Amino acid sequence: MSVQLTVAIMMTIAGAATPLLIAALGELVVEKSGVLNLGVEGMMLIGAVAGFAVAYSTGVPTLGAIAALIAGALVSSVFAFLTLSLMANQVATGLALTIFGTGVSALIGAPFVGITTSTLGPLFAFDNPLLRLLFGHSPLVYLGIALTIAVWWFLKHSRPGLILRAVGESDDAAHAIGYPVLRIRYLAVLFGGAMAGLAGCYYSLVLTPMWAERLTAGRGWIAIALVVFASWKPGRVLLGAYLFGLVITMELQAKAAGFNMFAPEFLAALPYLATVAVLAIISFAPQGGANAPACLAKPFRATA
Amino acid sequence: MGWELEPRGEASRKANLAAPVIAVFGALVTGAILFTFLGHNGLSAVYEIFIAPLTNTYRWQDLLVKAAPLAIIATGLAIGFRANVWNIGAEGQYILGGLGGTWVALQTLDMTGGWILPAMILMGMIWGAAYAAVPAILKTKLGVNEILSSLMLNYVAIQLLYYLMRAPWKDPMAFGFPQTAMFTSDQTLPMMASGTLIHLGVPIAAAIALTAWGVMTRTIVGFQVRSVGASPKAARFAGFSASSTVWLALLVGGGLAGLAGILEASGPFGQMVPQFPTGYGYTAIIVAFLGRLNPLGILIASFVLALTYVGGENAQTAIGLPNAAAGVFQALMLFFLLGFDILASYRLKRTAPKPSPTANTSGVTPVEAEGARA
Repeated sequence: MSVQLTVAIMMTIAGAATPLLIAALGELVVEKSGVLNLGVEGMMLIGAVAGFAVAYSTGVPTLGAIAALIAGALVSSVFAFLTLSLMANQVATGLALTIFGTGVSALIGAPFVGITTSTLGPLFAFDNPLLRLLFGHSPLVYLGIALTIAVWWFLKHSRPGLILRAVGESDDAAHAIGYPVLRIRYLAVLFGGAMAGLAGCYYSLVLTPMWAERLTAGRGWIAIALVVFASWKPGRVLLGAYLFGLVITMELQAKAAGFNMFAPEFLAALPYLATVAVLAIISFAPQGGANAPACLAKPFRATA
Repeated sequence: MGWELEPRGEASRKANLAAPVIAVFGALVTGAILFTFLGHNGLSAVYEIFIAPLTNTYRWQDLLVKAAPLAIIATGLAIGFRANVWNIGAEGQYILGGLGGTWVALQTLDMTGGWILPAMILMGMIWGAAYAAVPAILKTKLGVNEILSSLMLNYVAIQLLYYLMRAPWKDPMAFGFPQTAMFTSDQTLPMMASGTLIHLGVPIAAAIALTAWGVMTRTIVGFQVRSVGASPKAARFAGFSASSTVWLALLVGGGLAGLAGILEASGPFGQMVPQFPTGYGYTAIIVAFLGRLNPLGILIASFVLALTYVGGENAQTAIGLPNAAAGVFQALMLFFLLGFDILASYRLKRTAPKPSPTANTSGVTPVEAEGARA
């Protein structure tokens, strides 16, 4: 295999992994605070369409990414209000958020179907394959890796991170000590929404600079599965996201190479089959799935 | 002076029944505002989706036909939701049901006989239930979360459908279109009255909801499902096994979604095509909640959600509203419903500046209270 092709494949892996990574890191922080937001797919779609709309109308992709961030946080605030202030069932509200995001994004995006915009592509162009592999990605690829380190440091070594984990592990105890449980959870959900929005705009501004209904095609759900797969550890989210990037790249490369051994439909189903397989496999691990925050998806109501 | 939530000793029946009605109206008002904000005519959107279809007898028939699969699927899902089993793979189970029946149809294209249609329906239910058995095994044997596994399988089912339509099951006489042969008259659902759209699936849906209502309220199995959901610990002491409840919920949910699938394939479609999945499996989740997880409520809710389908199509042709508009109204209904649920377990109370320390002394969380309401 030529160096050019190898580099191209590795870059595709990073590209496919990045939105999963960013969305999963956001969801990880949300879940660490004790909240299960299943609306990632819907928030990603909102981010994707908001990013595209703003990038298209201003001509500045960076503004699109910022809009995606804000739109994701905005729509997640609906979830936060319902589940945190009104103690609504988190599973059902998350599903509603996904249905809502799918509908609203299609509605907003209808005028944009079939047009392209300027992309949030690499900052520098290189002919040298090695330099391209190191420095030739979209800025969001680097942001994803930086975010992994930041989230890891925040949760493991910062005081606010410790408080956030305490809220997720024992909300009553955290409340008794005097921490504002709901405010912390609100902030976590908004962060998760912003990250999902940003991840969504990766599809509409980097991978395919266009908008189509249901553009993210279930990747939001894979991001949620990644958090479980990673046992709620940021480093393993990075690993998992790049593994999925590999699976998705295999699909794309097999199609491009006219590889006929498997039906294209099988390859398209592969990331979803892989997710189910991975969830099954990690359950064999010594502490697989046992690392979930103790208060995950439990509503909290302050007692005096 | 402020407002405080005070837990009710017992969940309010009135609030429980009022919430869906408030939810529908809340969704209409919010939807109208949201659509106006997005540059559409909000009022005419509401009119074309929710009112115009009711003024036309032909559309009434269409409503019944679209409510039937929603009611069948939602009845199955509600059993699971009551037991805290979150099967959100109904869309995939619906597709597999359609495929299972279609497989029988393709084997019997040259045959005649009254047994063919029942065989197709049975096979549809088996395939649907078998597809739901995958998350059931994963959940009971390995503890894999059924939300994620059942949802992932929806995407797999769609690809399986595309594959079968593109090659193995494609009708060679279809001029290259990816679709199966048309079903024969022995393979299609009979009409309830000639000249109408209403097929046998409509009374089947009503019968299933009524049966489920009887089973859930009058039998020990219904009690088991409700107890496991309401309080797993108490149910364990009573000797009800959590894993058998998971199996029950998923097999019944998958079987009924499969039934809805084959009824659609052998009814309105009359063949299998790639456009077969229309999102009923997702919409049925909203039907189940709007119907308060009660089969009788689900019958009513299935009409409301069928209205968004029929009205959505109507609004598309009448005022050029994108098809996605219906989905927005559906999600808004669920948002409002979930938001107002709090009033069933808590009452709003005006408080003096100093809040009293009596809150939630019963130790009952809202989730448990919701189960206890059943």
